Amino acid sequence: MSARMRASVKTPIRARSVVGRLAIVAFVAAAVAFWALPMLWLVTAPFDAHPGLDVSWPDWTLDNFRKLSENPYAFSSLKNSVYLAVGTMVGVTAMAALAAYSLSRVRIPGRNTILYGLLLLSSIVTGTAAMVPIFQLMFALNLIDDRSGVILVLTGGLLPAAIFILKDFMDATPKSYEESARVFGATPLQVLRHVVLPIVRPGLATIAVWALVNVWSDFLTSYILLRDPTKLPAGVVMYTFYSEGGQANLPLISAFSLVYALPVVALYLFVNRRYGFRFHGGIKS
Amino acid sequence: MASIHIDGLTKVYPGDVTAIDGLDLTIEDGSFFALLGPSGCGKTTLLRTIAGLEEATGGSIRIGDRDVTTLSPGERNVAMVFQDYALFPHMSVTDNIAYPLRIKKVGRAERAAKAAETGEGLGLSALMDRRPGELSGGQQQRVALARAMACQPDVFLLDEPLSNLDARLRLEARTFLKRLQRDLDVTTVFVTHDQSEALAMADHIAVMEAGRIRQLGTPSEIFRRPANTFVANFIGSTPMNMLPGELRGGKLRVGDREPVDAVDAGWAARDARDGAVTVAFRPEYARVDEAGSLAFEGEVETSENLGASVLVTARTHDDHRVQAVVPEGSEPEPGTAVRITPVPGRVLVYDEDGELLAS
Repeated sequence: MSARMRASVKTPIRARSVVGRLAIVAFVAAAVAFWALPMLWLVTAPFDAHPGLDVSWPDWTLDNFRKLSENPYAFSSLKNSVYLAVGTMVGVTAMAALAAYSLSRVRIPGRNTILYGLLLLSSIVTGTAAMVPIFQLMFALNLIDDRSGVILVLTGGLLPAAIFILKDFMDATPKSYEESARVFGATPLQVLRHVVLPIVRPGLATIAVWALVNVWSDFLTSYILLRDPTKLPAGVVMYTFYSEGGQANLPLISAFSLVYALPVVALYLFVNRRYGFRFHGGIKS
Repeated sequence: MASIHIDGLTKVYPGDVTAIDGLDLTIEDGSFFALLGPSGCGKTTLLRTIAGLEEATGGSIRIGDRDVTTLSPGERNVAMVFQDYALFPHMSVTDNIAYPLRIKKVGRAERAAKAAETGEGLGLSALMDRRPGELSGGQQQRVALARAMACQPDVFLLDEPLSNLDARLRLEARTFLKRLQRDLDVTTVFVTHDQSEALAMADHIAVMEAGRIRQLGTPSEIFRRPANTFVANFIGSTPMNMLPGELRGGKLRVGDREPVDAVDAGWAARDARDGAVTVAFRPEYARVDEAGSLAFEGEVETSENLGASVLVTARTHDDHRVQAVVPEGSEPEPGTAVRITPVPGRVLVYDEDGELLAS
């Protein structure tokens, strides 16, 4: 009696949970397909003799890469991308480290307001809205068609968020470490070099990779500030891969997309193994 | 090695918070000195001001014959051990101990040799390659001490040196620190809020309250004759018995009891003004059911076992609580009538302002 009762109670619950589970699986499958298909295209299309906009079993060839290597701007653009990305990364990491350390340790009235304000404005600096004034500023500074100009603008745009993230790491470093070093006679720069920076190394790695990837995928800033095709980074050069009729040159675009994506993946794997990402994003660990 | 002279030292934090209020203090060369007080009394601020981590608002600090008031922490030749030890987590024990020498630009080989020597003296030889995170609390403390010793400072400053250790280890570390200080013979100042720690380790204690020193003396002076009711309340692991009384013409009256001659008994000065007073004696200096001129009759409320002794609390007929520590096994049952008398010569009388009326 009691066993039957238990069974009769249990069955509807089990049936409902099966339906619910099926719905979740179906939703997840649809979501995975939505985001995985472009990835799949990126892997198959470059090796297809006639790449289209659909994912299909490729007609295997390496011809697309041969065509890419004949393009005069493809590989120089990758070099430019590396130049811009590394330049910005070094600038952002170094300046964010100094600024975050000071902001973490020195009491300034309205410190958090300044920080949040900067963070809010930074999305404008590298965004579309500020492109006209930024163009004018760079023009006045005589930095149009100059890659250092692009590095400056991107550094400025990325710095506030970098400072914000890094300040969290600095805040988490006990003050007694620094005071201890100070009592032994360390100067502020020695304290930063010997004690603070080694401790916040995962934070620095996070910032560096984040800056690198951001610049690597940047389009708008370089597109507006650079003229000479030999100075353009990969993201902008890809935009020029169109036939004279205005049709997208898919063999070239697909092959270049793959080449363009690989360094970022490699970088992620390397840094993750070497340092391990620790991203608190405004939340104290 | 050096003595420390503090003269009129004042520290005011922004927002007009006075942490140290015109403090004068001399710490003799080679002494083991405790700054004792409740939290917020300014003891840590005083230690940090001696270290140079806080800037003095007024007054001066001299270490040996050097005026260090305006010097940066690194120029004062002091070493500080922080409450959390502040060992650098990314450096090995060797690198931690050698860090002060690295700042002084001592060569790598010499640094390692000095670190090994200092570490060996503190029994750290087997741990030299470990990171601080792999050490126990007691080991971390010894590494922090070794690092402080490595730079051969004039003065050691220890901020709550035992508070991060568990109870058992704390007693061992207490003995260890006392022996180490005696062996090194370096002037050492430590901060604590634990009166038993201060009594056990220090050879001189300054009891602080609200940025001022309320009493300065040896542990036994402070325990036996607290200079005021604040110190009397703060010192001792069992609270001092304190009862309101009245002093008139050299006679002391507590409640409706027979007046007792306070001047002849040495409880109050001959020229003490008449008025309301506080009569105090330690439970350790009280006896149960013995004759005495000052006696408190009452009924036993509780007996608390303290191990080798028992703390007896009795309630008197005029509704005061009086406590006495008696040897184990001799405690009266709760509910029995007892008579608690202070040991002759151990009664303290404080005036209305809480100052000791010493004869």
